[in-house]
Amino acid sequence: MADLLVVSDAGLYCPAGDFWIDPWRSVPRAVITHAHADHARSGCDRYLCAAPGKLVMRSRLGGTVPIDTLRYGESTTFNGVTVSLHPAGHVLGSAQVRVEHGGQVWVVSGDYKTAPDPTCAPFEPVRCDVFITESTFGLPIYRWPAPETIAAEIDAWWRANQAEGKTSVLLAYALGKAQRLAAMVDPSIGPIHGHGAVMKLVRAYRDSGVRLPPIDEVPARAKRVGQGRALVIAPPSVAGSGWLRVFGEVAVAQASGWMTVRGIRRRRGFGTGFVLSDHADFPGLVSAVEATGARRVLVTHGSSESFARFLRGRGLEADVLATRFTGEQPDRDDAGDPSDDTLGADGEHETEESVPDDGAAVDSALRGEQP
Amino acid sequence: MKRFTDLSWRLDATTKTSEKEALLVDYFRAVPPGDGAVAVRILSGGRQSRAVSTALLRTWAAEAAGIPDWLVEECYAHVGDLAETLALLLPEPVAGSGAEAATEWGGLADCLRGTVERIRAEADEERKRAMVEEVWRGLGPAERIVWHKFLTGGLRLGVSRTLVARALSVVAGVEPAEMLERLVAARLETAEDYLELLDPAASATSRRPYPFFLAAPLDEPPAGLGDVAGWQVEWKWDGARAQLVRRGGETALWTRGEELVGERFPEVVAAADRLPEGTVLDGELLVIRGGRQLGFDQLSKRLHRKAPTRRDVAALPVAFLAYDLLESGGVDLRGEPLASRRQRLEALAAAEGWPGLEPRSADEPVQAPVPEGTPFLLSPLLAPADWAAVASARATARERGVEGVMLKRRDGAYGVGRTRGEWWKWKIEPLEIDAVLIGAVAGHGRRAGLHTDYTFGVWDDGRLVKIANAYSGLTDKELTEVDRIIRATTLEKKGPWRGVTASLVMELAFERVAESTRHASGVAVRFPRIVRWRKDKSPAEAGTLADLRALVAPVEPLSPLPSLPQAPRAPRSARAPRPTSSPGDRQRRLWEDEA
Repeated sequence: MADLLVVSDAGLYCPAGDFWIDPWRSVPRAVITHAHADHARSGCDRYLCAAPGKLVMRSRLGGTVPIDTLRYGESTTFNGVTVSLHPAGHVLGSAQVRVEHGGQVWVVSGDYKTAPDPTCAPFEPVRCDVFITESTFGLPIYRWPAPETIAAEIDAWWRANQAEGKTSVLLAYALGKAQRLAAMVDPSIGPIHGHGAVMKLVRAYRDSGVRLPPIDEVPARAKRVGQGRALVIAPPSVAGSGWLRVFGEVAVAQASGWMTVRGIRRRRGFGTGFVLSDHADFPGLVSAVEATGARRVLVTHGSSESFARFLRGRGLEADVLATRFTGEQPDRDDAGDPSDDTLGADGEHETEESVPDDGAAVDSALRGEQP
Repeated sequence: MKRFTDLSWRLDATTKTSEKEALLVDYFRAVPPGDGAVAVRILSGGRQSRAVSTALLRTWAAEAAGIPDWLVEECYAHVGDLAETLALLLPEPVAGSGAEAATEWGGLADCLRGTVERIRAEADEERKRAMVEEVWRGLGPAERIVWHKFLTGGLRLGVSRTLVARALSVVAGVEPAEMLERLVAARLETAEDYLELLDPAASATSRRPYPFFLAAPLDEPPAGLGDVAGWQVEWKWDGARAQLVRRGGETALWTRGEELVGERFPEVVAAADRLPEGTVLDGELLVIRGGRQLGFDQLSKRLHRKAPTRRDVAALPVAFLAYDLLESGGVDLRGEPLASRRQRLEALAAAEGWPGLEPRSADEPVQAPVPEGTPFLLSPLLAPADWAAVASARATARERGVEGVMLKRRDGAYGVGRTRGEWWKWKIEPLEIDAVLIGAVAGHGRRAGLHTDYTFGVWDDGRLVKIANAYSGLTDKELTEVDRIIRATTLEKKGPWRGVTASLVMELAFERVAESTRHASGVAVRFPRIVRWRKDKSPAEAGTLADLRALVAPVEPLSPLPSLPQAPRAPRSARAPRPTSSPGDRQRRLWEDEA
């Protein structure tokens, strides 16, 4: 039986249904798992995404391009191929794509996490024959602490900074992680401020019905903001930049899954790192794969080779699927990695609409693991 | 134990020496003396023997984590630190297990005695394993890392003995150099030892070195330096600069980084017993074997051995080549002109029977052997008629296995630091070739997860053949950029190694090229390092094996040496001119000098 989904030049393609999932080039019909820029690119004729993510998608894609939606679990058909979307727990509106045709069921995970997140619907496993999974953190050293533990650590850090008269600057990806952090911390400690890139998505989240604590935008021409008391949530690109000057003396920390590894944390040069990711950790990946009941697993971006080999060792038919998704990457300083909570300057892509269309930026964004 | 774990994490979190010193001072003030003794011993790099082999730890950890061995190796390649990898892989600690008590251990000393020493003493592998697993069940990842390092004897906290001494000197209120000497002499086992170390009143005869006088690089031919007769001309040897201080019936051997290294060179220290009281020599540590001088790469193996065995000493015997006499009969001679210091030095050499050392000549591949019997040698002088003769001597430096020539003003005093115009080093130009990056593995420490350890090739018959591994020379920003390109252009992976499409060209510098049967290319390059990233060149424009062969030194290479057990990696590169450096580079820069 022919594969229901294949990798074409433009991305993951369903020949029977004639649509693409998270294409990396302009195509007539794009089914989008979530709004991060390595999955949702502008320039397609028509988009389909999960209903809770529509406003976020619109804020990313801008303009008037048609965005169709499906409620989680609702299905539609393309050329007789049944397509439905199911919660992936990654960010608001993130979805796994279930594709059924000729008795075969394939599920594309997109990016996902199994840990709880107050700002989006939790991951739901979907039974299938073939599961296409990400593997950003597909090594067993990655095991996330409970989010409550991390929230308590961040609160304690914020309080300790206040005691020293420092403003707390928390670097996190503008879409998803920033809102999740705002919802996790204890807002009674002090005021919360957001970078413009963060605020744009905070508005999209609120308009979508997600409850977030009060967050103030940092005004463009301010001289002093929140000095010594506030928590500032900003994309990683602000690290070391003049933008931080208005906050006085600052303590800077980053929230990312990569903060697990000491060498990576040290290289980034921040004293503090909080282990918090919107991707599944290794046990999360393994349990997700098991819960699908799939006999065949195709592994995309991340530690794809190791994870596929590990799954083969457990008796599954597992292979690497070469895509251009980047996932979260530990080092992105100057190039445009658009993915979730990268440690680099990727946040800029979230702030500037034009960037994803820029040839060079897209090129670098397209570079992923190409096994 | 918790206090020490906290200290090690805080030390790890800062790169500023001043902050590290402050952390150490706070720790040394607060720690109970019994733990203090142990902590100082560990922090100052005291030798810790391994209680369990890392191979066993890996196997046990893989089983405890329920993952295959190969996956442990993949994780290790990603994390870049074995103790950390295993700490992250192990299951969560078990709350309420009997082992939890073990985390309380109280003090560092108790922890070491109660776990590490017991495990070391246990001969039975299964019982060893049970003990290790019990501790694992009681420890969180942060403590596990430190504990693993105790267990494997590999704890490195990014602090030098000099920094530890400085912090202790603040606590005790004594001079840092005096504390460094105390530290070297101290027996650090009990609370009393720690209190004695910190006693402000205790005093020792100072065996401090004089500040090293350094040469400035000579970038232009020396014609402008006046009459050659006004200059003492010597070879620039490829060893480690050192001062030997003989006072109070004891010997201290210092490197230029003001590190005490006597324990690493027992053959030199033992022979120094014969020296008159109150003698200070400036010179160079060199490996002399079979009457011949071997280069820094061999010496570095000894520099890394804190407590060499007799076998190490026999395999790579080290000698002290004296340049200068700074103190005689307890009198500081540094104000005297070099010419008169040299006379005194020659008199001492004659009285002690020290031979001179001639580098091998260009015509005669085998160097005149050094007589056996003393590890002291006298630095020979060249007697050039004019500057042209100095230039032609320098031109033979590569064949001779030296780095160039030194020019020292005969009427000059022994100064402080690097005063231009008194001492010059006129080094040979490095050899260079443009090479293509053909593969890489991830680095360690700060470079963990980044592909920074590169393999380079040059063209041979339409193929790229590997010629060198090089690690240093790029900036952090370039490292990140190269890592990204490596990931995007990976053709194949073999374990942690990635082969890539030829796209990056780098200019490599190296000291020498020799024929080699051990390398597929047929040549071995010495101290390869990256000079610059040639973004302007395409791979097709890179050098060829024929280019490289044309640079082969006309002298037969010395026979390969037996490798020392556990000899650490040879220094990654020489004299990296760029800001980024691996620990190996820093090590080398600290050691190498630089007369």
